Amino acid sequence: MEKTVNQKAWFLVLPVLVLVAFSAVIPLMTVVNYSVQDSFGQNNFFWAGLIWFEELLHSERMWNALGNQLAFSAIILAIEVPLGIFVALCMPKKGFWASVCLVLMSLPLLIPWNVVGTIWQVFARVDIGLLGYTLDKMGIDYNYTQDFFAAWATIIVMDVWHWTSLVALLAYAGLQSIPNAYYQAAKIDQASRWAVFRFIEFPKMLGVLMIAILLRFMDSFMIYTEPFVVTGGGPGNATTLLSIDLVKMALGQFDLGNAAAFSIMYFLVILAISWVFYTVMTNLDKRDAQ
Amino acid sequence: MTWMAWTTPTALFFVAIASLLVIFTILAIRFPETPRRGVLGIDTTRGDRLFITLLGSAFINLAWLGFVGAELQPYALIVCLVYAAAVFRFV
Repeated sequence: MEKTVNQKAWFLVLPVLVLVAFSAVIPLMTVVNYSVQDSFGQNNFFWAGLIWFEELLHSERMWNALGNQLAFSAIILAIEVPLGIFVALCMPKKGFWASVCLVLMSLPLLIPWNVVGTIWQVFARVDIGLLGYTLDKMGIDYNYTQDFFAAWATIIVMDVWHWTSLVALLAYAGLQSIPNAYYQAAKIDQASRWAVFRFIEFPKMLGVLMIAILLRFMDSFMIYTEPFVVTGGGPGNATTLLSIDLVKMALGQFDLGNAAAFSIMYFLVILAISWVFYTVMTNLDKRDAQ
Repeated sequence: MTWMAWTTPTALFFVAIASLLVIFTILAIRFPETPRRGVLGIDTTRGDRLFITLLGSAFINLAWLGFVGAELQPYALIVCLVYAAAVFRFV
């Protein structure tokens, strides 16, 4: 049957376009508009030009937050991805225990961000928290409100606790899609466990793993609630991530122009990195299809 | 529209982007193309190259602002145009 080409069908997309324009595109344009102006409240705006961008590019505070943010995302990806793959490889493939594992794995994903933050905030406290108390009794000097290293360790372990399941579940889904014949062929060839992983499991998982990395990267790059509840960005500015700094600027100090310029740069970095991931992902798909 | 505090420069900026999008849509309809593979080793269409150009231009402008300063900002556009030409030629 010959396919009819009807470009008029594009008009059916119009309602969505209007809705997205109203809820996303125009608000984003407003942010761009605010970024070149200054406001003293009362909806009075004054032209400021590129002053906010220039100020931010030379602001130690912004570079510090960006550095923290990149370090945070890199560290949690470096832990969660291998750990997630390892967990997925250890999970039973079928039967009762597979279901039990799946349910257990998805539990952390169901907990709201601020609750995760609160759990860890209490859990890690030296006076009443189980973790903090135990570490203190073991003679380890641990105090996440005072110590740089303890604060970082706490927010990283918290994120790993919350989100490794997501990587594991996605990697598990990738593993489940491998036909048994592959494993049988590997057995006939007397392939080692490492060879099975390297040449069968890993390539088959790669597509879904890229999605997991993209999701975890974007989520961790925009993370706000959990570190805010636990450390509030402290001690000092040690764990101030981009979004925490942005909220301080926009809502705490009500520097709309400054915050808008900050948001745009934040958005550009996310856009650039996501584009790279997206391009790599679609090219992997194309290579697989060939 | 005064309550949204629009200014002429931002309006011009968005008009420029909107007209670029319209022009590229018309081009895509009038002259359909097959994606090609350039120096980046990825398949790109005209639209992809426009996206790479715009995103890269944003970073070029920011870098210029950071290293050179706001007084000479218009000259950053020249760098952007060179970059755009390079992207459309080689990517």
